[in-house]
Amino acid sequence: MINKLSHVSVFVLDQDSAFNFYVNKLGFRVHTDAPMGPGTRWLTVCPPHQPELEISLMPIAEGMMFTKESAEQMRTLVRQGTFGFGVFECADIYATYEELKSKGVEFKKEPKKEFYGIEALFKDDSGNWFSLGQKP
Amino acid sequence: MVEFVYPKVYLYRRIVQAKLYMDQHYMEPIDLNNIADEALFSKFHFIRLFKKSYGKTPHQYLTAVRLEKAKLLLQTGASVIEVCFSIGFESISSFTGLFKTTLGVTPSAYRLQQTRILEEVQAVPLKFVPNCFAEAKGWTKKSNFQEAHI
Repeated sequence: MINKLSHVSVFVLDQDSAFNFYVNKLGFRVHTDAPMGPGTRWLTVCPPHQPELEISLMPIAEGMMFTKESAEQMRTLVRQGTFGFGVFECADIYATYEELKSKGVEFKKEPKKEFYGIEALFKDDSGNWFSLGQKP
Repeated sequence: MVEFVYPKVYLYRRIVQAKLYMDQHYMEPIDLNNIADEALFSKFHFIRLFKKSYGKTPHQYLTAVRLEKAKLLLQTGASVIEVCFSIGFESISSFTGLFKTTLGVTPSAYRLQQTRILEEVQAVPLKFVPNCFAEAKGWTKKSNFQEAHI
């Protein structure tokens, strides 16, 4: 029986920039920042109220996971905003929207009432987009 | 470009400004009356609106921010005294007491616990990476990452 999701990966163009975005703009906590050799690190962050879910900020680099060509293709797709990685919840979407906007976060969709709640869409610094929701 | 406007936008902006002020000035003596005045609210109206947005009163929120900063500083190995004063507390005993009541551990015990974890992360990083990721990245082929730094 599967109990829970513990890790999820978000492919990012630059880990240092992603660190700044997720920690200093979104307010996420660093879970693990482990050195994995020169220029490589295992970096995971978690939403403040969900410390058990590690979001791995995975750099797209040529190596075991990507060939040179596929890495470049992946970087292009991420930059173009092809991937939506998930839904974040908040207690007050208008306050969260105002705060993130003031920190320079780019929104694809302003908060809008839908039949399932209020929803907005924002992009991370790489181009990945997320839904931001407030339940009714 | 037309600015996006939602109900009570002016109230939200003032509440968010007050929250961001606390995020940035948590180490200073902050008078919540001043913040309420600055936001052009009566104190009680301000507290009610702030709690509606953030689930905490401004005072509870400021305390939470200070304790969160304390945790980060303790992780860097800073002393309890240094941390206490750098986050805006004026008494070691009140800081230590609040820290323990909130987090269930004293600041010095937390610092020791975190220092050990960070040392382990540096010494045995693979212990903190699920094997599927480590294999996909080719990290399991290296026996000692410390050697790679030399």
